Amino acid sequence: MLQHLPVLQVMVPLFGALVAALSRRPGPSWLVMTAASWIALAISVTLMHQVLTGGVISYHIGGWDPSLGIEYRVDVFSALILVLVSGIAAVSAPFAHRSVASEIPEDRIAWFYTMYLLALTGLLGIAITGDAFNAFVFLEVSSLSSYALIALGRDRRALVAAYQYLILGTIGATFYVIGVGFLYVTTGTLNLGLIGERLAAVESTRPVLTALAFITVGISLKLALFPLHVWLPNAYAYAPSTATVFLAATATKVAIYLFVRYLFTVFGDRFVFAELPIQQVLIVLSVAAIFGAGAVAIFQSDVKRMFAYSSVAQIGYITLGIAIATQTGLTGGIVHVINHGLIKGALFMALGAVALQVRHCHIEELAGLGQKMPLTMSALVVAGLGLIGVPGTVGFISKWYLIVASFEVGWWWLAVLIVASSLLTVVYVGRVVEAVWFREPSEVARGAREAPLSMLIPMWLLAGATVFFGIDANLTAGIAAKAAAALLGSPG
Amino acid sequence: MSGAELIAIALVLPVATAVLVALFGRRPNSREGATLLGAVALFATVLALLTQVLGGAAPALPLIEIVPGLTIAFAIEPLGMLFAVIASGLWIVNSLYSIGYMRANGEQRQTVFYVCFALAIAATMGIAFSGNLFTLFLFYEVLTLVTYPLVTHSRTAEAKAAGRLYLLLLLGASTLLLLPAVAWTGIAAGTLDFANGGILAGKLAPAAMGLLLALFIFGIAKAAVMPMHFWLPAAMVAPTPVSALLHAVAVVKAGVFFIVKVVVFVFGIDTLRETGAGDWLVYVAGFTVITASLVALRQDHLKRRLAYSTISQLSYVVLGASLFTPLAIVGAVMHIAAHAVSKITLFFAAGSLHTAAHIDHVSEMDGIGYRMPWTMGAFAVGALSMIGVPLTAGFLGKWFMLVGAGGHAQWFAVGVIVLSTMLNAGYFLPVIYRAFRRPAKAEADGHGHDEAHSGEAPWPMVVALVTTAILTVGLFFFPGVPLTLAQMLTAG
Repeated sequence: MLQHLPVLQVMVPLFGALVAALSRRPGPSWLVMTAASWIALAISVTLMHQVLTGGVISYHIGGWDPSLGIEYRVDVFSALILVLVSGIAAVSAPFAHRSVASEIPEDRIAWFYTMYLLALTGLLGIAITGDAFNAFVFLEVSSLSSYALIALGRDRRALVAAYQYLILGTIGATFYVIGVGFLYVTTGTLNLGLIGERLAAVESTRPVLTALAFITVGISLKLALFPLHVWLPNAYAYAPSTATVFLAATATKVAIYLFVRYLFTVFGDRFVFAELPIQQVLIVLSVAAIFGAGAVAIFQSDVKRMFAYSSVAQIGYITLGIAIATQTGLTGGIVHVINHGLIKGALFMALGAVALQVRHCHIEELAGLGQKMPLTMSALVVAGLGLIGVPGTVGFISKWYLIVASFEVGWWWLAVLIVASSLLTVVYVGRVVEAVWFREPSEVARGAREAPLSMLIPMWLLAGATVFFGIDANLTAGIAAKAAAALLGSPG
Repeated sequence: MSGAELIAIALVLPVATAVLVALFGRRPNSREGATLLGAVALFATVLALLTQVLGGAAPALPLIEIVPGLTIAFAIEPLGMLFAVIASGLWIVNSLYSIGYMRANGEQRQTVFYVCFALAIAATMGIAFSGNLFTLFLFYEVLTLVTYPLVTHSRTAEAKAAGRLYLLLLLGASTLLLLPAVAWTGIAAGTLDFANGGILAGKLAPAAMGLLLALFIFGIAKAAVMPMHFWLPAAMVAPTPVSALLHAVAVVKAGVFFIVKVVVFVFGIDTLRETGAGDWLVYVAGFTVITASLVALRQDHLKRRLAYSTISQLSYVVLGASLFTPLAIVGAVMHIAAHAVSKITLFFAAGSLHTAAHIDHVSEMDGIGYRMPWTMGAFAVGALSMIGVPLTAGFLGKWFMLVGAGGHAQWFAVGVIVLSTMLNAGYFLPVIYRAFRRPAKAEADGHGHDEAHSGEAPWPMVVALVTTAILTVGLFFFPGVPLTLAQMLTAG
């Protein structure tokens, strides 16, 4: 049983999706979703434990040799992503119950949970598979179900947002699979590890460079690297609250995982960073994302959109850490994958609770909500402080690693840019905090009540984690450092 | 009890007080009882620590390692001990004063006020006892955040604008300048722990060291060295007890305390003197001392005049630290204590005038000394102390600084101290003159309250301001504790 955990990690949510679809009714489908995501979390935690104690797990699907069949491969980095994704799904499950019931028509709730579990399946699959084409399949599974999730939003603009995401997401996936085709042609295998080994002999040839270009751009679209992020703000803003929580905290993170996997494990950081100008390009784009999207976030009046733009900026910090490509920098990037997941999960849950009480998340409607929903709004403040990177929160840990990494490689100007950018965050978080706490309640806010416990507990679990892992980051940063060391030490 | 336990108690007590205050929110008498009890208990704890420190012990409490290189740790040295004694002792008096002030002025949201106040004291204790640069930075930031709701307490447009400036300037400076300085120090020195004689000797070129010092001086905006002072006059919009304890004692002293800590324990006064890296500091501090005094001369609003006086007096401390001689450091430390008791007296008097007579401007103070003899008598003591007249505490600090400056032929510093003493007299003596020598204006003002034209402020306020006035004089005759601590600090 225990040796089959890697495949069960994907199979449990997949069968859950099937059962949820067959159940057709809201209650049972929610139960199935909850059970599947908690089991997935238990599996991923067990896998993490196994990896930390016993090293990399390699699981051969159907017993086929990796050169022919599909290999599932769990190392520290992929286990970390598995825990994050399934953890967010599990914590969101109780939150989803009330939120989904209020936002989705009753006859579609079962479909919502089906899509939710399919998205979970796809995201977990990308993180666990060691096969380039299998990753494409999971990428499509997660993407297609995400489009459906977003389109279920109650605002009619959700349809446009989903369509926009569909077009761009499909282009991204197509680019990716074209790149994989080139790699298959040059190396004769689809196993990521084997491609990495065989590329060393042919790395500077044109097909390999073409593959790198296609794969980099394709995944960049999925991870919303500036300026390929245009699908993200609308998708997050108009999706149902639960979908936003889940996708914002996990979907782009899994794309980042794949990105790092290709750059460091498949192509190799020496080839990518030393011989090609990818580092420079990535740093410029990351800084542009941090400042551009951060500045745009300031001027958003829909708070959900504001935090969606903020996600684009925060992804910039992650790609910046990846681009610095040293032990400290990569640790900072990876730890921010987790930290940002926790922060944005808590923030979007708070906004989901607002959506339940006052329907919309316009800043004018949030005015004075602090008096009516003090617990929800306090969670918003705590997560907001994490987003700013105040010491004592997870955001500071990420920022600290990135600043130290910049100093270590002698790029003091980058350190200056990183700290300067957090001022943008201060401004837009401050705008929300001031409206929520220091203004008289708006017309709609006056009738609002505190969110139900089923929402408050998950919200505070994540908000609490942003403080807890900001004060004792040995677990998160420690695992991120192990993952970074493994990636940098990998052959390439 | 051991020192470590006492440190833990001193940190937890104000937080526990905040919780109690929140629980008793609907019962004002129990709520204020909790605040007073918490303040007295904290002062007793700090005094217990003081006896240990005076006995030569150095209590320490290493708490947690967040990630390798970042540790939350507490260690008491004489300067921090003095700061804690001042802040916790004055918290008792200030709480008494707050009760009178907040009730007499019918202030809203008093529970939030007392909660934030107690949390600000907790942050101050964290600052005073911090054992390394990161811990100091952490609590310094916390102090900014918990005092923000106090600045915006009235929720008027003016208060919100002041809150924005407060947050942006303090957080902006600490993020843009202080955080890089902390990171740079960590990388250059290999440690963030404070050490006698500094940790940077020989680790940086003099020019780089000068730049690093500048990052600290201007990054620590709470010290209000020009041009980082704008937040302080703006913050005067807060209720007077906040201006009195926080913006004359705890918050601003946290700033100069940070600077003295950095000069003594990070750079080391010998290193700075020998390399000449900090020679510019005396001019920056001197400029602030004189300019702020000149601005104070022109302020009619009493609290703003006091605020500019605070800016000027804070730079006295920086000036004392910038001479890099043990005697001047003793002067700086003495001035921290003297300014604390004197300026809180002045603010108490200003709040008393506001409460009893609705007077906020100097030009309205004609003859008020006869109506409110206790208030204006205490004001006179505080003012004389700020001028530096013998028999008051203010004389001591100035004296040590003058001797320290003269002994090293720092004629610029001597000139600044002499000139500013005249300026101090120039903006304080006319106030006293008006209050006692000019006849009261006969015509009725617009307030129309009968009680507004007779008598003193409520008794808790009078007791508080007389107490601090007595302390101001008492400190001149019994300077033993602060002087011993200052000498322990410089003896290293």
